[in-house]
Amino acid sequence: MSKQRAAVIGTGQTKHTTKRLDVSMAGLCREAIDRALADAGVDWPDIDAVVLGKAPDLFEGVMMPELALADALGAPGKPLLRVHTAGSVGGSTANVAASLVQAGVHRRVLAVAFEKQSESNAMWALSIAPPFTMPVGAGAGGYFAPHVRSYIRRSGAPDHIGALVAVKDRRNGARNPYAHLHQPDITVDSVLSSTMLWDPIRYDETCPSSDGAAALVLADEAAADAARQPVAWLRATAMRTEPTTFAGRDQVNPQAGRDAAAALWTSAGIRDPLAEVDVAEIYVPFSWFEPMWLENLGFTEQGNGWRITESGDTELGGRLPVNPSGGVLSSNPIGASGLLRFAEAASQVMGRAGDCQVDGARTALGHAYGGGSQYFAMWVTSATKEW
Amino acid sequence: MTAGPAPLQAPLDIGFDYTRSLGPVLGRFMAGLAARRIHGVRGSDGRVLVPPVEYDPSTAAPLTELVEVANEGTVVSWTWVSEPLADQPLARPFAWALIRLDGADTPMLHAVDAGPEDRVSTGMRVRARWAPEPAGRITDIECFEAIDKPGGSPAPGEIGEPVTMMTAPVQLRYTHTVSPEESHYLRGLAEGRLLGGRCPRCGKVYIPPRGACPTDGVPTVGEVELPDHGVITTFCIVNVPFLGQRITPPYVAAYVLLDGADIPFLHLVLGCRAEQVRMGMRVRAVWQPREQWGTTLHNIDHFEPTGEADAPFESYARHL
Amino acid sequence: MTDDIAVVGFAQAPNVRRTHGTTNGVEMLVPVFKELLDGTGLSVADIGFWCSGSSDYLAGRAFSFIAAVDAIGAFPPINESHVEADAAWALYEAWVKIRTGEVDTALVYGFGKSSASELRRILSLQLDPYTVAPLWPDSVSIAGLQARLGIESGAWSQAEMASVVARGRAAAKHNPYAQLAGEYTVAELLAEPHLADPLRKHDCAPITDGAAAIVLASASRAPELCARPAWITGMAHRVESGQLGARELARSPSTATAAEVALGGRSGVDMAELHAPFSHQELLLRQAIGLSERVTVNPSGGALCGNPMFSAGLERIGQAAARVHSGAADRVLAHATSGPVLQQNLVCVMEGRDS
Repeated sequence: MSKQRAAVIGTGQTKHTTKRLDVSMAGLCREAIDRALADAGVDWPDIDAVVLGKAPDLFEGVMMPELALADALGAPGKPLLRVHTAGSVGGSTANVAASLVQAGVHRRVLAVAFEKQSESNAMWALSIAPPFTMPVGAGAGGYFAPHVRSYIRRSGAPDHIGALVAVKDRRNGARNPYAHLHQPDITVDSVLSSTMLWDPIRYDETCPSSDGAAALVLADEAAADAARQPVAWLRATAMRTEPTTFAGRDQVNPQAGRDAAAALWTSAGIRDPLAEVDVAEIYVPFSWFEPMWLENLGFTEQGNGWRITESGDTELGGRLPVNPSGGVLSSNPIGASGLLRFAEAASQVMGRAGDCQVDGARTALGHAYGGGSQYFAMWVTSATKEW
Repeated sequence: MTAGPAPLQAPLDIGFDYTRSLGPVLGRFMAGLAARRIHGVRGSDGRVLVPPVEYDPSTAAPLTELVEVANEGTVVSWTWVSEPLADQPLARPFAWALIRLDGADTPMLHAVDAGPEDRVSTGMRVRARWAPEPAGRITDIECFEAIDKPGGSPAPGEIGEPVTMMTAPVQLRYTHTVSPEESHYLRGLAEGRLLGGRCPRCGKVYIPPRGACPTDGVPTVGEVELPDHGVITTFCIVNVPFLGQRITPPYVAAYVLLDGADIPFLHLVLGCRAEQVRMGMRVRAVWQPREQWGTTLHNIDHFEPTGEADAPFESYARHL
Repeated sequence: MTDDIAVVGFAQAPNVRRTHGTTNGVEMLVPVFKELLDGTGLSVADIGFWCSGSSDYLAGRAFSFIAAVDAIGAFPPINESHVEADAAWALYEAWVKIRTGEVDTALVYGFGKSSASELRRILSLQLDPYTVAPLWPDSVSIAGLQARLGIESGAWSQAEMASVVARGRAAAKHNPYAQLAGEYTVAELLAEPHLADPLRKHDCAPITDGAAAIVLASASRAPELCARPAWITGMAHRVESGQLGARELARSPSTATAAEVALGGRSGVDMAELHAPFSHQELLLRQAIGLSERVTVNPSGGALCGNPMFSAGLERIGQAAARVHSGAADRVLAHATSGPVLQQNLVCVMEGRDS
């Protein structure tokens, strides 16, 4: 068995905002899908299969919503797969869709992910305390804040690093017309003076709660060669999982993330990620996760991630622009957030990232994580078929 | 740990009133219902689909042309409900039916209030019975009833602006069961004891004990009694209020590593100001009065500082 | 063909009305994994890819599938994915993954504790959330509507439905994992009262807790792991509209297409395991696939004798593969379904090869 080449030939996303009250779930998905099909220059008959990703069904109160949404997804008569790997699901969705092409099963596959958080309340859904336990849980922020504290303690990073990331990502987001938050005037001081929600995580260092969707069209080599516009060739994909808790688990720099990254770089033939990757879209829902993931991904040695954040290397125009789209800190439709990272990584090497474009981007990383920092999905896209 | 009393169970109720935005097509359909009018949508092949769908089931094309259909139609298929479930349209025995309304090409699902079962049949003519105060939701049609039933609903009204939102309450009841290992631990808590278990492969001590050691996939075994004091590995201060929250913020949620355990658990820290809590701080359990103890970690009201010197970072660094 | 992939191992938990286990499946999965790995001689570290199927709504918790990973002992970390569907679709994802050449083995599992809540009511949440689900039509009633459509159109009869039940329950006497088994006559069954007219209680799958797992291997690995691998010669799945009224409920075009693709023009099979949670659906599926009268269907007893949600479809594939493994059959067909009244269907065709 040998892997077939695959490429992203089109991407699309919605305008993300707190409450998209103008559309149903179907309408939300279609806003992203229709843009992806148009970007790819294909129509429904060209699509062979559909993969839908979404975080917990409890968020929308619909069990396996892909079933009710089948018509909006253009799926009747076609294969439809539903992926759910917690917060990493958007990334996993892209990877599963890619494998359908790489395995030679399909020519063109539509990957879609969405979350309509305004249908309920994610803090509620994620904090349902089962009987017999202590109800100290406080949503994703409450879950991750202690581990951010551990990172700060372990790395010796200065307190303002989180604020630097928040300022960078929000200013980037202000250049992205689809982003939920547009805050061009945000400053380190304003972030540092924002409310402490889950100490040490401040309000401005926290992702918003968004309604939104993302979609992309993956194609085999022949279909990609036939595309009218530049495509994003897949150079490598990787996924790894580890248990939520276990004795001696490193929650700051999880092994599953390190293993996934090592497999990714090996598969992509990348030896020095910092030198060879032009732009990275990394899943950073709380600002401190930028330096944490820079280390976990192997861009720096352990303990040094914050240094390239502090030096400005992760800004647009820096050595490794991270989240030029504004990232999860600017838009967080949970189930779609991972697919957005993967789609933005594709858009960069396709040269279609608009005002967020990194000049000359030829190699880009898309990254997502989920659960208790235990599910990892990533891919590397390339502007060229050979590298 | 297969022998012993049955695992503990408790009810777990999950309820939320979901708020659904409808979009333009369903919004107009619901506005019609509020005026006691039923609409379908014209599909790509010219058929009228009821209730309307936003995208064609065959072509995926957006559908926007609403077509009003009759409030009466014909039963295409039916089934009988002798014991209605919670939230169903009728609390007395009724029929679910697929009903093709006059002017429609596809049947819609709804309840038929028919009286005894032998009054229902395929081909039966039925008409919508409207809720006293229709508000733009599918339950505005209370149910369908035999068309020859005397009475009937008020005349249709003027259609207002499209409805933007609907509320969808979902109330589900589950029975939550804990593993045999965790049940043993919870029964220990009821006696004021902290009982861990050891993985037979890696030798690590887990509290609560596990149905499967996460790194070895085998149940923890034995009974390892642990003291009620230990060290805070890391923590956060929760300042944010949220729906369903059961502890009033601000509070410190801390990972407490009991002496002798190989994994910390989350608990509440009180007994000092939140900003005084530190990684490495030594803490001990403050138990509820004994008469309030049950099979729950609530028996420990919170942890409080012991006043001892902090544990060195290296001693808990591998537990972060 | 070097692209070939085979089912080389299958294990399942007993189908039971209620377990004392947690909703994350760990208690059911730990022994299943042990049996499967012992049987193939593989260790956790040998498995190239893991994929599972389960449902948060069945468990009543967001991310319920995450705790199931504990049953694996997933450290060092594993290459893993999850579908919110019957694990037959996880098997499809794993089959695709092996075809990419990235891995040469995969372990697929599904689990569900249907007894934790009111299953037929929870399944209402699969229906259109705007115009149907707010009425809370339960899954048994929806199946009743489908059954009557077929009865009144002449596609099947209540007596034929009863004979499906009688045959399944009798066959299940030979399946130690079955929840329901026994000898019944059609007359006895037809004398029972209706539960959701025209369905009687025995026409509906029981509520079942369960789990199942399968090991897949590439052509380069399968022969060393299994004396007689069940080679997958074709697999396909299709979905239908999410609108009940827009579907032809007395037919199953998605099954027909999936079967046509999976069979690849060679229609003959020795036996078939069909995932039919209601008796009339076995008759409907037989017609859709075009199985001849001679084909034995559901020698395990089928879902009517035990329907562990989210693993029953995978169990069909495992049961069919096991008959190839044992030499009892040469070419077999397995079917899995997901969603309201057969909305989504998967067909997998396997064969043994004696060289």
